[in-house]
Amino acid sequence: MIWQLDLILCLFIIICAIAAINVKDLLAAVIILGAYSFFMCLLWTEMGAVDVAFTEASVGAGVGTVLFIAAVSKTKRRSKD
Amino acid sequence: MSGVNDMMTKQSDDVIVKTVSRLLIPFMQIYALYVIAHGHYSPGGGFQGGVILGASIILLVITYGLDNALRKMSEKMHIIMCSTGAIIYAGIGVLCLILGGNFLDYAELDQILHVGIAQARSLGILGVEVGVGMTVMAAMISIFLDIVTGGLHSKEKNIQGKRA
Repeated sequence: MIWQLDLILCLFIIICAIAAINVKDLLAAVIILGAYSFFMCLLWTEMGAVDVAFTEASVGAGVGTVLFIAAVSKTKRRSKD
Repeated sequence: MSGVNDMMTKQSDDVIVKTVSRLLIPFMQIYALYVIAHGHYSPGGGFQGGVILGASIILLVITYGLDNALRKMSEKMHIIMCSTGAIIYAGIGVLCLILGGNFLDYAELDQILHVGIAQARSLGILGVEVGVGMTVMAAMISIFLDIVTGGLHSKEKNIQGKRA
């Protein structure tokens, strides 16, 4: 475990999470959430939990993003708040 | 608005998208089968491999359209595969129970396989992984199709109407 790398990845995760909440375009929010999942996956790998990282990459960044995009394509793309 | 709705289910016009996904889908499925088959001595397993298999079919739906994908694997097939996987999982567990062990106690499978206890455990876990992979793949595709079609399945009825 390298604590500098942990710190940088944590910083990126927090930035992605705040950006996904604040952005107005919902499609952009979905893509930022995918980036969040990938940074989360890198952090799991770095901590040694390879199985969890694999699940995060396939479910969080793969199928989850596709399901969110499908939901956005069936509803409105702009958020009101 | 209807153009946006059809975006996920219509066949793509882009030749680059179609060619790349046609080349990519077989490799995704081979990789998913690798993940399932090596689930018991490397990271991964039935769930992750099933998700990747489901993602390959979802890519097929997005690029080649809902009609082409359902012609390869119909809605009824999803339900059958989903329940077959669960039956494989529970069946191996109950088989161990019948042979005198606990639920999912793979060592008891040695009585019918005759390969030694360690090998019987390995094969038992492999069978469970295959069952989980089938269930997860079918469930992922079903969830995606339910979101994309809005639960109407009108296109499925059209295909069956054309066949009849």
